[in-house]
Amino acid sequence: MATNTPNEVNPVEPGGTAESEAGPSRRELLVKGGKVVAGIGVAALLGNLGNWALSYAADKEPIKIGILHSLSGTMAISEVSLRDTVMMAVEEINAKGGVMGRMIKPVIVDPASNWDLFAEKAKQLLLQDKVSVTFGCWTSVSRKSVLPVFEKNNGLLFYPVQYEGEECSRNVFYTGAAPNQQAVPAVDYLMSKEGGGFTKFYLLGTDYVYPRTTNKILRAMLLAKKVPADKIMEEYTPFHHQDYQTICGKLKKFAAGGGAAVISTINGDSNVPFYKEFANQGLRAEDAPIMAFSVAEDELRGMDTSALVGHLAAWNYYQSVDTPQNKQFVANFKAYCKKNNLPDGDKRVTDDPIEAAYFGVYIWKQAVEKAASADVDKVRKAVYGSKFLAPGGEIMMDAANHHTYRPVLIGEILADGQFKVVSRSPGLVKPEPWSEFTNPEKGCDWVGHQGTYQK
Amino acid sequence: MVISLGRTLVALGIVGLLLLFEPSRAIAADGPVSAPPTASVEQALTQVASEDESIRQAAIRLLIEQGDAGLLPRLEAIRANASRSIRQAIKPLMDLLKNRAKLASPDSDVRRSAATDLGSSGNPSAIAWLDAAKVNESNKWVRYTIEESAALLRLASGDPSLKVAAAEKLGELRSGNAVPALKALVEAGAVAEATEQQKVLAKTADAAIDRIETWGDWANAIETIFRGISLSSILLIMSLGLAIVFGLMGVINMAHGELMMVGAYATFVTQQCFTAWFPPDVFDWYFPVALPVAFLAAAGSGFLLETTVIRFLYGRPLETMLATWGVSLVLMQAARVYFGDLTAVVAPGPLRGGAQVLVGVYLPYNRIFIIALSIVCVLGIYFALFKSNLGLRVRAVTQNRNMSACLGIPTRKVDSYTFAFGSGLAGIAGWALTMVGNVDPGLGQNYIVDAFMVVVTGGVGKLAGTIVASLGIGGLNKLIEPGLGAVYGKVLILVMVILFLQWRPSGLFAMKGRDAD
Repeated sequence: MATNTPNEVNPVEPGGTAESEAGPSRRELLVKGGKVVAGIGVAALLGNLGNWALSYAADKEPIKIGILHSLSGTMAISEVSLRDTVMMAVEEINAKGGVMGRMIKPVIVDPASNWDLFAEKAKQLLLQDKVSVTFGCWTSVSRKSVLPVFEKNNGLLFYPVQYEGEECSRNVFYTGAAPNQQAVPAVDYLMSKEGGGFTKFYLLGTDYVYPRTTNKILRAMLLAKKVPADKIMEEYTPFHHQDYQTICGKLKKFAAGGGAAVISTINGDSNVPFYKEFANQGLRAEDAPIMAFSVAEDELRGMDTSALVGHLAAWNYYQSVDTPQNKQFVANFKAYCKKNNLPDGDKRVTDDPIEAAYFGVYIWKQAVEKAASADVDKVRKAVYGSKFLAPGGEIMMDAANHHTYRPVLIGEILADGQFKVVSRSPGLVKPEPWSEFTNPEKGCDWVGHQGTYQK
Repeated sequence: MVISLGRTLVALGIVGLLLLFEPSRAIAADGPVSAPPTASVEQALTQVASEDESIRQAAIRLLIEQGDAGLLPRLEAIRANASRSIRQAIKPLMDLLKNRAKLASPDSDVRRSAATDLGSSGNPSAIAWLDAAKVNESNKWVRYTIEESAALLRLASGDPSLKVAAAEKLGELRSGNAVPALKALVEAGAVAEATEQQKVLAKTADAAIDRIETWGDWANAIETIFRGISLSSILLIMSLGLAIVFGLMGVINMAHGELMMVGAYATFVTQQCFTAWFPPDVFDWYFPVALPVAFLAAAGSGFLLETTVIRFLYGRPLETMLATWGVSLVLMQAARVYFGDLTAVVAPGPLRGGAQVLVGVYLPYNRIFIIALSIVCVLGIYFALFKSNLGLRVRAVTQNRNMSACLGIPTRKVDSYTFAFGSGLAGIAGWALTMVGNVDPGLGQNYIVDAFMVVVTGGVGKLAGTIVASLGIGGLNKLIEPGLGAVYGKVLILVMVILFLQWRPSGLFAMKGRDAD
């Protein structure tokens, strides 16, 4: 179509063009520049004013904390709730006079579900904003990506999600479950008489580090408990896998004759197609219950639960836990979401990571008050062994290994997307980042040893 | 069109099979008549909470024989105050009584699951109940399950002749559930000190296992074929819109997946309207109503996208790609912000569950529905493109734009309408996909790569190519997956597509002669 030859395209001489365009562009530049400078000035003034007003109100300089959760991208669906929770805890603390009389000033950044951006944003929080502590991350890969940043700059991260263990960082406090607080007791329960005495296990997960490591531990545990290797199946699907026909077919064959249970570490949006296909192929929770480690109330509220009723999950907290402080917490959270016009308002639910994110803020606050300083090294020491009455009951930070003592609860999914607790550990379970089944020789201790050590 | 005819026939065959085996739901059975508890039952009810193991066991035995579902509330009350060991002892008793009562339920699914549970309870007194229930059972598959459960219980009983008969029966029933028990019998017969009876039993069991496993292979093959067709139909339905937009018009629309998402959200919104404003008994009608809503919503969005963005970029594929990718990001984040994640589409009643057509072969209704829908869509597109006036213009414009313009065809309008039509098809795909997956902002991203793969493999610009490619890719995927697993299955498929495109760069059905550009 283009028939013009190159020299026909621009008949104007080069010199002329430059002269005729220079005038307006220079003027424009000046006007634009002026506007930008004025804008920056006004913004700075306002910022200073706000800062001054805040510090005036608190009479002291506020303490900055960082919130590092994805607010856009794939993980936003889960992580936005954690940002809201941390913000709620901050608001509560500030309303009661802050920490040591100082207000908390949150700095929110959005790593956009992008693992490299996580590290960059962490660096920004630590070096530029100089936050005293950061609450953040959900996926293991995002945590692994920020880990070197926190370790190099001696930052402090509170990580609120259950994870695969095998990590022992001096700069992270893990308020979610270690494998021995979720996966291992869940399988123990399934093998017990009360849990149904299952003898065959189908380990099914999404193909990434958390399911692979968890299943490695579970396989070692099952073998140690004399479950023959041919009664254990292990299978992975890619992220966002939608077609579970073949897997449900295999499962049906595996479950024939009874005694089979599915251990699911399927993550995110693959869960709905899986449960739907499972039910549609005529499988029932009675034939082969699915024990899930990544399905909590917050995920269930976005699902059609009819296909999930009767299946199981293992967590350390449920919204249905019956304690007075939990009723208050749930009501507060709903009220907070409604007041701030967050999506879905008072239909929001709480779940395990939300609780862990919430009490993480309070554990940090207590430690700052105990240490009488927000300095990372002092706060770290003060966190060891501290206790807090969390919504789900009292929890305790380990004296040395940076993880959290929590109770283990097995729940059955109900039609309204809530859980009925069917089994509860007798007390708090001691966290073990290194599993006794895969790494019996390793331990984690930042008081008596330098982190991971050989027993 | 030969292929699509073949597909139609296959689908008709499946639908026919389904109709043949459609469970009759007319069952008139009265609930269990609960007689007033006799003295011995009364006594057993008090003894059941006894701490003495032997007394408790005797009481439980008696209750199993003489009790009925009428005792359940009282047992529940006993259980509520009892210690852990008593609770565990009473639980099986209650399950038995509950399931016995359920055998007379009017719902065939409930009867069936009760029969399955009784079969796995291991309690021989359930045999008599199952045999009694079998006499009145009219549903084929419930009767099958009852027979299977009774045979399983007999197989676990002590009487050797009963066991042999049960093993034979299970072989005849081709019961996959019996394999572990039968294998145990074979092993028991294989040891040196096995008695003569055990050896006979082992032989029967072995023959039964053979029969069961041979049938299992067949059932597996049938199911694999169905799965292949089902996956192909999903691939096809999401590629059809793209085949028109990308194939015929040559527009690389990265936001095509998000148009599917629009269709899915339109379905969700329709459902919410139904729950809010209509009585619950017409709820299932939301789904058919959502079809035009999804089509129009996606077509409207497509029309808007074409008039505001794409029309300025015709003939500049790279810019189109970037611009539409930007649009897709905007749409995704907009959905995330506006809808949050409280979005689930509840499958309408008739599309839930599956039909059992043969022993061990389940065909989920939602998948059958999508297969049928994809056939209807292909036929619809065929007529729209080759039999309608608009189709004639579309083909004319895509083949030679200048000539068509000279002949007085308003090419601008035709472009708009074609793009809107292709987008509307994406909306229909989104509508259908709510039945298998979830509704979330990432929905389009999950499918768009596969859709492009199908269209490119099939040959850009050829509808038949898209159909064959989706059948090929879907079928191969399901053939590979059982052996290699989902992750490597997908990898292998991608490798094969790459190699294929090396061999035939223009796809299965290459455009011949002068084409759209």
